[in-house]
Amino acid sequence: MKPRAPFLQSVWAILWKDLAAELRSRELFSGMFIFALLVIVIFNFAMELDVATRRSVTAGVLWTTFFFAGTIGLSRSMAMEKDRGSLDGLLLAPVDRAAIYFGKMLGNLLFMLLVEALILPLYSFLYNQNLFNGGLFLVILLGSLGYAAVGTLLASMSIQARTRDLLLPILLFPVLLPLVIGAVKASGGYLSGAAREEILPFLNLLLTYDVIFLSISYMLFDSVIEE
Amino acid sequence: MERKPLALTVLDILSALSLLIATYLALFYAPTEAVMGAVQRVFYFHVATAWVGLLGFLAAGFAGVMYLVRHDLKWDVIEGAAVEISLVFFFIAIALGSIWARPVWNTWWTWDPRLTTAAITELVYLAYFMLRQGIEEVERRARFGAVYTLVGAVSAPVTFMAIRLFRTIHPVLFGASSEVAKGEFSLAPGMRVAFFFALFAFTILFVDLFWHRIRLGRLAARVDQARLQAG
Repeated sequence: MKPRAPFLQSVWAILWKDLAAELRSRELFSGMFIFALLVIVIFNFAMELDVATRRSVTAGVLWTTFFFAGTIGLSRSMAMEKDRGSLDGLLLAPVDRAAIYFGKMLGNLLFMLLVEALILPLYSFLYNQNLFNGGLFLVILLGSLGYAAVGTLLASMSIQARTRDLLLPILLFPVLLPLVIGAVKASGGYLSGAAREEILPFLNLLLTYDVIFLSISYMLFDSVIEE
Repeated sequence: MERKPLALTVLDILSALSLLIATYLALFYAPTEAVMGAVQRVFYFHVATAWVGLLGFLAAGFAGVMYLVRHDLKWDVIEGAAVEISLVFFFIAIALGSIWARPVWNTWWTWDPRLTTAAITELVYLAYFMLRQGIEEVERRARFGAVYTLVGAVSAPVTFMAIRLFRTIHPVLFGASSEVAKGEFSLAPGMRVAFFFALFAFTILFVDLFWHRIRLGRLAARVDQARLQAG
């Protein structure tokens, strides 16, 4: 039996495989991005985003868009492995199961961040609101990390069920609530220029969520893919 | 055919009796609250049903851990039973709470930590049953069920703390109360008796239902097995 590959190297190999596949097909990213764009267009007409409303709902609209677009990415990225049988290949490879989790998680995180990096300037352009804000970037990073952490675990369960795509948001959204609260409140705080003491509790909440759910997903991932 | 254990029958009778007594205590024995009037009597069963929901929640989390450690399907049956009981009793607690909240808070519903956490837990449980329904293979269904129960069990306290960052108006009768809580009252001696007896009665009911449900789950598994052998 071959010795196990070093941990970081395996994580990187899995991440690189996902990136290479995406560079060739671009279906995951374009799907997420166009969907996110459509959600913003729908919000514009559903909520009459005039200047006064915009100030109070921008954070909420952005995060709803990210979370909805994220679900599409999550189920695609796991379904890809399942449908082409490459998940079995991954499981047979002499790598730590945790490396598979972190590789897939980082891939999902990266695609989310990419979509967000494009949506932010577009939103600024469409609604004439400056979203170039260091604090907001930090919140987006923390929020997306927590999202990818739970999302990767739950998506690897949902694709093995009969109802798959239907199941993922139903499994994911109820446990996502603390993240929604933290992310929306902290982003809203930074956008409205609130005092640091007002934002800090919500940043702590995001951080706590990330730590808790990264560790529990890491521990449970083994039980989800063992065959 | 497995016979119904005698202890279970005794427990059935005991829980029916204690429920009757608890009802009497709540409706007739306990004094009427001065400000809220008769609607306050909902409180005895409201807290007791929420308590049963919580017991089920804890039992489900424990069974989930045990399944992942032992890989024994017995724990899967226990987990399913606990989740089912918790689902039903949290629902009753929410419904009773709303009946109380309408006259006292002047609203059926508010996004308070307790209310929201209970409601979200209900959604987690519904998702749990949808997940299980989508998987045919017994062993995998048990594994995924346990994983999702644990994710839900961890997320509930985090959700609670997160919503607490907003303000709450839910009254706290024991321990530190919040300044903005509405509808607080102190427990008169008669109320205390009715309250603790209701807790006691519903705890017995929980054990009784839990036992029945686990037994049902075991029998259902045996029917499935027999069907596989026959067909």
